[in-house]
Amino acid sequence: MTRYAGNPQAVKALVRETEVHRDVYIDQEIFDLEMQHLFHNTWNYVGHDSQVKNVGDYFTTTIGAQPVIMVRHTDNSVKVLFNRCPHKGTKIAIDGCGNAGKFFRCPYHAWTFRTDGSLLAIPLKKGYDQTGFEGSEAARGMAPVRHVKNYRGFVFAKINDAGPDFETFFGESLSSLDNMIDRSPVGKLEVAGGVLRYMHKCNWKMLVENQTDTCHPMVAHESSAGTAVDVWKKVSNGAEGKRPMAVEIFAPFVSPYEFFEGMGIRVWPNGHGHTGVSHSIHSDYSAVPGYFEKMVAAYGEERAKAILDEARHNTVYFPNVMIKGPIQLLRIFRPIAPDKTLVESWTYRLVDAPDMLLERTLVYNRLINAPTSVVGHDDLEMYERAQEGLHSDGSQWVNVQRLYDPHEMEQAVAVTNGTTEWQMRNQFRAWAKFMTMSM
Amino acid sequence: MTSIEIPTDADLVRFVYREARLLDEHRFEDWLDLFTADGRYWMPLEWGQTDRKLTASLLDEDLLLLRVRVERLKGNRTFSQKPKSRCHHVLQMPAVDTRDTSGNVYETYTPFHYVETRLDEQQLYAGWAKHTLTVEGGKIKIRMKRVDLVNCDAAFGNIQLFM
Repeated sequence: MTRYAGNPQAVKALVRETEVHRDVYIDQEIFDLEMQHLFHNTWNYVGHDSQVKNVGDYFTTTIGAQPVIMVRHTDNSVKVLFNRCPHKGTKIAIDGCGNAGKFFRCPYHAWTFRTDGSLLAIPLKKGYDQTGFEGSEAARGMAPVRHVKNYRGFVFAKINDAGPDFETFFGESLSSLDNMIDRSPVGKLEVAGGVLRYMHKCNWKMLVENQTDTCHPMVAHESSAGTAVDVWKKVSNGAEGKRPMAVEIFAPFVSPYEFFEGMGIRVWPNGHGHTGVSHSIHSDYSAVPGYFEKMVAAYGEERAKAILDEARHNTVYFPNVMIKGPIQLLRIFRPIAPDKTLVESWTYRLVDAPDMLLERTLVYNRLINAPTSVVGHDDLEMYERAQEGLHSDGSQWVNVQRLYDPHEMEQAVAVTNGTTEWQMRNQFRAWAKFMTMSM
Repeated sequence: MTSIEIPTDADLVRFVYREARLLDEHRFEDWLDLFTADGRYWMPLEWGQTDRKLTASLLDEDLLLLRVRVERLKGNRTFSQKPKSRCHHVLQMPAVDTRDTSGNVYETYTPFHYVETRLDEQQLYAGWAKHTLTVEGGKIKIRMKRVDLVNCDAAFGNIQLFM
């Protein structure tokens, strides 16, 4: 029985002003429609062009449920291809990253494709003479994803023709990416340090919501960050002096509610938004020797200060990416099933900045985002309990009402109290829009 | 336990077995006492990883961070440990790879299977533990425990205890 396919009214009805129906988290049909519509109508992060530096370099990944290959074409542009041989469907590459040389070669029947996907050669080609092969789907080669944008090294793609162009989709939210990139004295990032992969038995949207959920850290993370603060107090005997990097990273998680209320949340159209407008948990890290001087030399003092004073905490790029500009980190919440999500946490080196910055980024990533992270354990426990609890018939609805204002729909961009759930509502309004846009 | 000056191979092997047993019996305070003050517990993310600073790791804990974990496991509001996880080690007999008596450095190599359970879930991990040991105050201590998982780069769920 289909309840939602071809029924945009039913899908829209899952998102109320201040409530969301549980089916958005637990229903298989809704999940399938997300793969078919939401992830085809939106711009999705594919990878960073430093992962494909040289012609022929490729990187295999997914957009929603679609396996794709990001590749550096012979004209030096970055292409995104569906990872499927047009002949029998075999995935062309499955090894993460590598170099294809001048062409991809399917390992099954040796069909070859240029790095823009076009068919190069087929063994024993004469077998297709006078078969009308030229007019076949297969003759077109590996299908490219048609809409690709390389924004300062960050490669995004949109599968459908429907949906807004790149600039309209992201608008002013690109200022967060800009800030992360501008933190390099030469305005350039490189993927570095390795990716942490963490499997979650919950719906992907729970993770996206958590990124701007500022009322949970002091509760859920009391056990990890709170314990770290307590242990440090005991070990250091309350002595003044420099806290270890790990304590510096943990401690702000258990800041009081007022801290999070004051940090502010900014919402943008199409489901994007960020926490940490005025300050954030990343504001009070120790200075890294030599870094500020390099930034001043590159940008001048005023501009360097402006770049580094920005402490944006988590910026959500709808549908399923979050970045932390101040520590050069990107997390992507990959949907696998209604109750299964792969979280990848990627880190970047600021080109021409001291190594110590990457070192701190990696400590942060390990302490907070690894499957061995105590903070991660706190969060995953809550997601899994929610995923199970939502099957309860006690209620069909999830509440996202905190600091709701009936007039907020009229405001596309807003800066507001840091504990609002406006950004969650913003995400769900965008969800309903991009889910039904092509139905 | 008798005081040790220069450990025999049998002493080193017994030490590694005992360490695993302390973990399986949740005697975490006793386990922490096995480390030197600058001891570390390292679980690389990459196959054959050599760098700890500019390459991410799954774990790279000094004594402070290990103590945070142990305290957290006991915490009243540690909800991911309500109910608690349990673990089980099966060790192959450790090989003594290095005996540097003048430098007071001993290295062992121990292939293992490790099971961690919580609620109805049971996960099996396989890997190799490399202990860098030293003698301090008549006792064998851990300067570095390196744990390499055979699938170190796989996507894992929660790993909450110690391998």
